[in-house]
Amino acid sequence: MASANRLPLGAMARMAWRNLWRNHRRTLIMLLAITVGVWAMIFMTALMRGMVDQMIEDGIDALPGLVQIHHPDYRDDPSVENSLEPPNQVLLQALESPPSTGWTTRIRVPAMISSERDSRGVTLLGVDPAGEIVLGFDPGSIVEGRFLEGTDDNGLVIGRKLLERLETDLGKRIVVMSQDTGNEIADRGFRIVGVYKGKLAALEENYIYAGRSTVQSLLKMDARVSEIAITGRNYRNADPLLRQVRTAAGGDLDVKAWTELDTYLGLMLGVMDGFVLVWVIVIFLALSFGLVNTLMMAVFERVREFGLMQALGMKPSAIRYQVLLESVLLLLLGLLAGNLLAVASILPIRDGIDLTVVAEGMEMMGVSSVLYPSLYLNDIVLANVVVVLLGILTSLLPAWRASQYRPVEAIAKT
Amino acid sequence: MAEIKCVELCKNYQQGDAVIKALDHVSLDIKQGSFVCLSGPSGSGKTTLLNMIGGLDELDSGQISIDGQRVDLLGQGPLADLRLHHIGFVFQAYNLIPVLTARENVEFVMQVQGVPAAERKNKSMAILGEVGLEGMENRRPSQLSGGQQQRVAVARAIVSQPKLVLADEPTANLDSVSAKHLMELFRELNEHHGVTFIISTHDERVMRYAGRLIKMQDGRVIADQGQAPE
Repeated sequence: MASANRLPLGAMARMAWRNLWRNHRRTLIMLLAITVGVWAMIFMTALMRGMVDQMIEDGIDALPGLVQIHHPDYRDDPSVENSLEPPNQVLLQALESPPSTGWTTRIRVPAMISSERDSRGVTLLGVDPAGEIVLGFDPGSIVEGRFLEGTDDNGLVIGRKLLERLETDLGKRIVVMSQDTGNEIADRGFRIVGVYKGKLAALEENYIYAGRSTVQSLLKMDARVSEIAITGRNYRNADPLLRQVRTAAGGDLDVKAWTELDTYLGLMLGVMDGFVLVWVIVIFLALSFGLVNTLMMAVFERVREFGLMQALGMKPSAIRYQVLLESVLLLLLGLLAGNLLAVASILPIRDGIDLTVVAEGMEMMGVSSVLYPSLYLNDIVLANVVVVLLGILTSLLPAWRASQYRPVEAIAKT
Repeated sequence: MAEIKCVELCKNYQQGDAVIKALDHVSLDIKQGSFVCLSGPSGSGKTTLLNMIGGLDELDSGQISIDGQRVDLLGQGPLADLRLHHIGFVFQAYNLIPVLTARENVEFVMQVQGVPAAERKNKSMAILGEVGLEGMENRRPSQLSGGQQQRVAVARAIVSQPKLVLADEPTANLDSVSAKHLMELFRELNEHHGVTFIISTHDERVMRYAGRLIKMQDGRVIADQGQAPE
């Protein structure tokens, strides 16, 4: 069996470590570059993730529900005609079993709201207030008045922005008009009992909340509803919940996950994963030029040593290992410092960065004015793995170069 | 062990438009346990001949065998094995690894050979003592004088008792006492352990130890004194 003709790993590592510090300045500059690169990979990814996560979470909150059941024609025509019966026993059992963590039924129909000064087109939500809270409605978002107290509440809760547009106020009466099941105009006066602050101004302008029974009565729907919304723990993996509900709902109903209900948001989730990989690789490419240059310089300065090692019986492959090990050590040091720096710079802003000064611009992108960085283990692992793997690949050229010198020529180099 | 046979060795180097004949049809038989000195002016081909025998350079033509094994036909891997296990080199420039201490430099070959740590330590400490570097084991090459560095290089070459030592001007940077001490050590290894030595030198003091003195000029052997009869 051919011997490896190389130093034991411990001796190689010791030698690699000492070689790294032969040129302190060069090694420190390269370490700084790797550290900043890794920091940028992790820190900027956490910010981008935070922004997209918030966009998605706000979007899901606006739906809300990770999975929704509709009449098959509802999504094409969200009118009162395309409504559902309340859930039967089989469906009820599925709705109340994990991974479902809560569900509710609601009426969701287009409507017109009029004050004495203005009229606006809106989406009328007839809701069970307790169910909405389970699905994510934050009672703390009520900035004036109160939230609905039951399905038969006669009051109306509208958004702060809509209140401004209608030039009306809490306690005043307004008229809501929609189409009932008999294709007749159904209208009714409501008193504004609460004003909510939405995460996005667009939501505040669009959604108005009334009691579900009150709306069913207004639209002559009996017990029928527009949708059944179900929530779960992990919006990133709604598939198990979707399968469970779809099986129980049978083939006559349209059961969709949030990624299909809002394809833009669903796409964002998938695109973000790819974007993170591209971002990490782009930074690494910039970094790799410095890395190759540093290693090549280190190799050129030590041609005699590589020749000597071969003359003493080390095989070229062992010299490649030696150079690669130096590169790996440099990368690991840079990774360690980069990871620590990234975590240290994310921790102080974990409670959010206030971007109020650019709030309108952020809102156009569907993001609220406070940005919360999201640091995922997967992203950290991805950055580290990319740096190590591509770093080793990048180091192959200098390592190969180091092993290609003919001993007699290398030893003669001055 | 280490019987060396060189047949019609030729090696040319291109230098600008000129072709330098570094070895010009050199043929030699070196018996096992010989103590051979190669002498001659600079450019006579001594170092080239040593490099060829050690498998560090490639011949243009000719054959070299060590103990019947054709060195000129070996690939990189087997050549590395041959150098690692059977040949000790002492180069003209000390050629130590600067990031290793004197003891680590001496242990280098044994480490690559896979010799256990305790044995390595014992052998390296003993050999460093023999070459007069006791107490300097932990010094890096930059902390040693030229002569001390050369002694470390010699210690590294002989510590694992190779069957052949190729030494290129080993006393070039040594004072007379150190040179004498080194040559005594070489002779002791040659006489008691049967190690074959081929030493290129200009140094008359070294030549006095030679059992056989080969004089070279312009890549050719011009005199071969003390060759053992067939």
